[in-house]
Amino acid sequence: MGGPVSRLFVETVGLFAPGLSSWQEGCAVLQGRAPWQDEPLPRYQPALLPANERRRATALVRLAFGACEQAVAGRLQEAAGLAAVFASSGGDYAINDQICRALASVERRVSPTQFHNSVHNAPAGYWSIATGSREPSLSLCAYDFTAGAALLEAATLVTLERRSVLLAVYDNTIEWPMSGKREVLRPFSAALWLTPEPTAQSLCGLVVAPGERGREPAGADAAGLELLRRGNPAARLLPLLECIARQRGGAVLALPGGGALHAAVRPC
Amino acid sequence: MKALPITSYTLTTALGAGLEANWGQLEAGVSGLRPCAFAGSEALATWVGEVDGLDRIALPPRLAAFDCRNNRLAWHGLQQDGFLAAVAAAVERYGPGRVACYIGTSTAGIHQTELAYMALDAQTGALPADYRYETTHNTYSIGEFVRLALGLEGVSCVISTACSSSAKVFASARRSIAAGWCDAAVVGGVDSLCLTTLYGFNALQLVAAQPCRPCDIGRSGISIGEAAGFALLERATHAAAPALLGCGESSDAHHMSSPHPEGAGARLAMAAAIEAAGLAPAAIDYVNLHGTGTPANDLAEARAVAQLLGGEVACSSTKGWTGHTLGAAGIVEAALSLLCLERGLAPRSLHTTVRDPALEINVLLEHRAQRLGAVLTNSFGFGGSNCSLVLGGTQAWEGQ
Repeated sequence: MGGPVSRLFVETVGLFAPGLSSWQEGCAVLQGRAPWQDEPLPRYQPALLPANERRRATALVRLAFGACEQAVAGRLQEAAGLAAVFASSGGDYAINDQICRALASVERRVSPTQFHNSVHNAPAGYWSIATGSREPSLSLCAYDFTAGAALLEAATLVTLERRSVLLAVYDNTIEWPMSGKREVLRPFSAALWLTPEPTAQSLCGLVVAPGERGREPAGADAAGLELLRRGNPAARLLPLLECIARQRGGAVLALPGGGALHAAVRPC
Repeated sequence: MKALPITSYTLTTALGAGLEANWGQLEAGVSGLRPCAFAGSEALATWVGEVDGLDRIALPPRLAAFDCRNNRLAWHGLQQDGFLAAVAAAVERYGPGRVACYIGTSTAGIHQTELAYMALDAQTGALPADYRYETTHNTYSIGEFVRLALGLEGVSCVISTACSSSAKVFASARRSIAAGWCDAAVVGGVDSLCLTTLYGFNALQLVAAQPCRPCDIGRSGISIGEAAGFALLERATHAAAPALLGCGESSDAHHMSSPHPEGAGARLAMAAAIEAAGLAPAAIDYVNLHGTGTPANDLAEARAVAQLLGGEVACSSTKGWTGHTLGAAGIVEAALSLLCLERGLAPRSLHTTVRDPALEINVLLEHRAQRLGAVLTNSFGFGGSNCSLVLGGTQAWEGQ
């Protein structure tokens, strides 16, 4: 057996972050053709959720959907056939805040909707309902190393099981008082539709392999994007997204325990 | 898929610490459930599967920053059944960078945050200075704790898909080994009692007032439990060891907190696991049901089992012993299934006295001593997340 090298293809990308409200708009910034503007992110209204679920969807679910719905836009039937790897470095801080406040009160009244929204896989559960996908779906966390761990998991799933996978990585801002313990200043959400074989629409190929242990990932090229990357664990994907937008180069993503992942872009 | 040897495993639940303590109570039909006395939830009329003595567990100084109920439970669990020595030998054999760590949890150490919110600064609303988020409550905290406790440097993450979490760790570890990212993997699940789940399930009206009675005509909900369990999967071994034969994963695409009424997603996961094992459905000798004890869950699961495997195969839920250990349920029931495989027992469903006739499956009311070749164990969670595992008994392996 050779080394653990995953060769896969990027079918589409969805991007939903301040100043990068879509992949189309974001490409100009990621290619260095336009400056990054630190604009507030508009509230996203998921289009694919049934009314009940749309009403119950939290800000974190809507953030994840902002990127995921872009990635499958106009291709809903295919979306039902996608497996999913969803990842967040801390889950739904706002819901946890509400529940912990309720539990600290005399009545200790937690709402059923708050509770089911508190599970780490809530966005993935909503996504499965929205698309009708019964394919395997995984939700993971690796704190500040979540983006790398998620790409590794998704790439392995694609290459080993020959499945198409939607990889979604998202982290929302954190409010007081938890912001006193952990800071995420801007929201970030990205989704990559990954396939085992190239298609007529493929954006590029990806070669995912172990990186040099202990190697510090390079930052994003654009100064503004580097601010975004450092300030949100999900945005650690930005250097890879720059490579995809430019159709060349490679990025290093850190893994827990000093490991690293190298992801190289190959033009199709 | 290629079968993988499970070269060591361990289990700590309300039944006791270590495999023998758990086996003794399982065989004797003694439940670990007691009326809920967990601090802050005394008002809830329910029974829980609480692990004794966690207040007295001390973490080693190098891991002091991780101190919380969840990591204490993990530490307690890691000390049992020679698991530390087995992992140390694997690290020696393959190198720390070639041993992965996949842990499942639903709430990690969220109880630490619940306590911190009860002590917010009256003026500023700030969390207490000595409260640590990263190493206690963050979903990955339990993964980093286990990784550091065992000295592992391989691929690592926490899988958190509610009550299927620590079944799905087997699937991810299996892929990681098959793809060459590691040569061995520690998998496990740890979930501890907390107010979020006790009050949350209560709000959903899914909690039984008496000990849970899975598949019984009078079942009325779950009993929540806590547990830590771990297993070591290796690419190859020269020793005799039980086997992970197949994994199957699926989604319901139906509802956030209710199962698909026909168990459509559950059936897909079971069928995928059996197919991955290269077996026919008839080769399954015993099904360890997810069997939570809620009316809807047990009915949906029974429909899926009956459609796929028929009504004859021996089935039971072991949650009457341990309670529903949520993110740890997958590893708890995998470990109990491995014990049953190795010792030739299809266990009864504890607290099940009158089978619900609407469940057209063979729920055992008495232990049945029989040789088991392959066991299917189910874990289903919120968000419609399903995972089934097929496990096989001790076999000789050919080594590398």
